[in-house]
Amino acid sequence: MGLSSHFFSYENHNVRLYKGSTNAAPLPAASITSFTSRKHKPSFNKMATLTVSRPLFGGFSFENCKRNALLEGEANKVGCSLPAARKTGTTICGVVFKDGIVLGADTRATEGMIVADKNCSKIHYISPNIYCCGAGTAADTEMTTQIISSNLELHALSTGRLPRVATANRMLKQMLFRYQGYIGAALVLGGVDCNGPHLYSIYPHGSTDKLPYVTMGSGSLAAMAVFEDRYKPDMEEEDAKRLVRDAIAAGIFNDLGSGSNIDLCVITKGKVDYIRPHDEANKKGVRVNEGEALQLTGDYKYKRGTTGVLTKAVTPLALEVVEETVQTMDTS
Amino acid sequence: MRSGTTLREKMAAAAMVPIFGQNVSDKYDLVPDWTSREVSTGTTIMAVEYDGGVVIGADSRTTTGAYIANRVTDKLTPIHDRIFCCRSGSAADTQAIADVVTYQLGFHSIELDEPPLVETAANLFKASCYRYREELTAGILVAGWDRRKGGQVYCVPIGGMLVRQPVSVGGSGSSYIYGFMDSNYKPGLSKDQCLELTAAGTHCCCKACWELPSTVIHTLYHLSHSLYLSVSQLCLWRWRGDGSSGGVVRLASISEEGVERRVLLGNQLPKFSTH
Repeated sequence: MGLSSHFFSYENHNVRLYKGSTNAAPLPAASITSFTSRKHKPSFNKMATLTVSRPLFGGFSFENCKRNALLEGEANKVGCSLPAARKTGTTICGVVFKDGIVLGADTRATEGMIVADKNCSKIHYISPNIYCCGAGTAADTEMTTQIISSNLELHALSTGRLPRVATANRMLKQMLFRYQGYIGAALVLGGVDCNGPHLYSIYPHGSTDKLPYVTMGSGSLAAMAVFEDRYKPDMEEEDAKRLVRDAIAAGIFNDLGSGSNIDLCVITKGKVDYIRPHDEANKKGVRVNEGEALQLTGDYKYKRGTTGVLTKAVTPLALEVVEETVQTMDTS
Repeated sequence: MRSGTTLREKMAAAAMVPIFGQNVSDKYDLVPDWTSREVSTGTTIMAVEYDGGVVIGADSRTTTGAYIANRVTDKLTPIHDRIFCCRSGSAADTQAIADVVTYQLGFHSIELDEPPLVETAANLFKASCYRYREELTAGILVAGWDRRKGGQVYCVPIGGMLVRQPVSVGGSGSSYIYGFMDSNYKPGLSKDQCLELTAAGTHCCCKACWELPSTVIHTLYHLSHSLYLSVSQLCLWRWRGDGSSGGVVRLASISEEGVERRVLLGNQLPKFSTH
């Protein structure tokens, strides 16, 4: 597990801090407002050069929690609140059909009450035969799937075989359990390997369930209702796509945290169909009125002549080539 | 992840009572609260020894808060060929512990070059559960068969105690069947009697705690799908007692010959009544 244990050995990082790391100690909260040395007498309070100590490697460092608490206190005194972490409110789901897996996701990313991204991609690549939908904190799902994708590629090179979905599942659940739920990533992992199609749901604390149909995210209840009603084992591909599309649509229309378009990913043995978007359930500025779609958004290009032209003056710029040098690269 | 606990949650935690219904959040939250709750196997699990093996049973429900995340969970996890564990408590914790113990026991068995003892498996569970007792929420029953002592059941509850018992129940639903077990169990039962006892006990927990018995739900399901959805919606929000147990009843019997697994659906309840 070379890459991930190297970067994410949280325990080691903690130990290093206690032993007195080689980095400068983090600035205590009180000294943020002024940073002076004994020699100089300050005439005014300077803002600290923010040389907060960076840990040598990536991974989690909880140093800034104290600073964040202080900042939040100060912000609340003034009356505003800190920006919320961007969550993907989300409806994601997956279903096993006769020949493989269909994964579906909506495309809305929210930041508190505001839609931060109207068309974000929630179906992440893990390996050529395995894809993963992510709900929860957008950054967590993005980075977690990228890390496991990287590790899985190394693993596949070392085994010489196409990776198995169970392997990806193990790696994800062990990583999420290690972080005890602090990584807010709820995932739907699906793929086809030598043992057939497999579908897993993975929760932020590290528990997994292997099921024929799963939904996750804030819209999962709405999507699950559709699945519970219409799922049948061994469906055809078109039926499965329609079912997933309807399940995500139920999430989009009945859950505030989900919206915009529907992305699908159909994985079969030897083929992956990444359909983005599969269905534009919500077109911006188009109101469907009695069967016909009215274009409501303005077209802000104005015809020539809309504004009257009073005078016109054309001045050609005289440019002459003064000097021309050619420097050849030493490519020997 | 939301870290604040409401007063209601704190009181509920103090009273050791599960919180029913949906929490009304203080701040308007776009994402409902059950998306941030940890997944728990509310659970009823049981294990019974008989001469020549053990019978284990469990319900099949995993919940996140008031939402059922998985209604067909398999809480009877194989640790080795003739050793199983029944998991209750936090799903993530128990899955992780079971994976660790499976690895340790497999390694140990290869070193030994013979099938491992149930007592060894139980002690491995105890070692993990006791060492990390502050961080874990895991109640486990270890049951299996080995050549030395035959069928054995070991109980490793939250905190990491280890004790061998001929009959053991666990999980949040177990409190409802202590009386049933006390009156119906006697030593020297045959394998079929044990199977019936386990099935009845586990099902009794699921049944006693719903407003509508699950047979009614399944009948309604055949009538009309939409009605079924609304009924299950009703049940979801109006359950009393241990609504954390339910779904189907999974049974397994372990003996020298092997492991037989069975699933009892809601309408296949054993005919059981105290009157």
